Amino acid sequence: MEFRLYLLQRLTALVMAPLVIGHIAVMIYAVQGGLSAAEILGRTQGSLFWGAFYGLFVLAAAIHAAIGLRTIVQEWLRLEGAALHALTCLVLFGLLALGGRAVYAVVAA
Amino acid sequence: MTTLVWRGGEEGAFERFEVPRQASQTVLDVVVWIQRNADATLAYRYACRVGMCGSCAMMVNGRPRWTCRTHVDKVGEGGLEIAPLRNLPVIRDLAVDMAPFFEKWQAADGVFAPTKTRDEPVAPVQPAGAARLAAAAGIECINCAVCHAACDVVAANADYLGPAALNRAWTLQNDVRDGARSARLAAVTQDGGCQNCHAQQGCTAHCPNELNPTASIAGLKRMAVRKSLGLGG
Repeated sequence: MEFRLYLLQRLTALVMAPLVIGHIAVMIYAVQGGLSAAEILGRTQGSLFWGAFYGLFVLAAAIHAAIGLRTIVQEWLRLEGAALHALTCLVLFGLLALGGRAVYAVVAA
Repeated sequence: MTTLVWRGGEEGAFERFEVPRQASQTVLDVVVWIQRNADATLAYRYACRVGMCGSCAMMVNGRPRWTCRTHVDKVGEGGLEIAPLRNLPVIRDLAVDMAPFFEKWQAADGVFAPTKTRDEPVAPVQPAGAARLAAAAGIECINCAVCHAACDVVAANADYLGPAALNRAWTLQNDVRDGARSARLAAVTQDGGCQNCHAQQGCTAHCPNELNPTASIAGLKRMAVRKSLGLGG
């Protein structure tokens, strides 16, 4: 199971790399000539593309972070078994909920 | 020269000795002098005195070292603090229990699995082949457990197989004569396997034979990932 988590963390990193670059590139483009909520929302609201872009980003980041924090907690707090599993799930679903809510807020028309 | 030496088991304390300084003196010379001239009950371990047997490793001023090849003038002009190897149970004084270390070699399948009998001709191994070169880079391990003591992941995770066992497994994965590579790949990716390495390179920084267990472990990770994703290798 540990190795599968290791693999999943690397794969989510692969997914995130282009998304990070795309996110930063659009940010740089978007702030040219000032930054306004209306301009951002005008681009994202009702957009399937940006919904999928940031939805995938949230999914990858939640998985990636949950596995990474699991390793840190395991090594630093010596947590294992059910407690470690529960904490990993809490981080995973917590990040999914927070990220999902944010994506919904900017995409929903 | 003031020398502090660990006395006792897991619970214990440093004992202070004054040891005469000599030219070309090694840390092992210091320990031997204490046992022969100051306190005959000092427990420690050594055999070859020339850096081949891997039995005299200890913590010297906080770092794991092969004491027989560590000159005092390189590490301890300000005094020495000698302790048993980190990350292994202390038996007494400077002697640690190496059993957990070698149990991890077994758990990592660090055993050659022959594919031929003695009646068959010797298998040809290309000296310049990529696999042989990879194996050669890691094969001069003397099992001294210095890397095991240097590794913070071993310290943090009791299940981690550690750099020595994984380095050994890597050399066998690159041995064309070996017949257990698939089983060994499963062994080194079990919980506690190669995926736990954070590539901090404490093993590589301290290996007395200047091996690079971190690179070996990275090789195992690559091999295992490729297999998991169906990319061969």
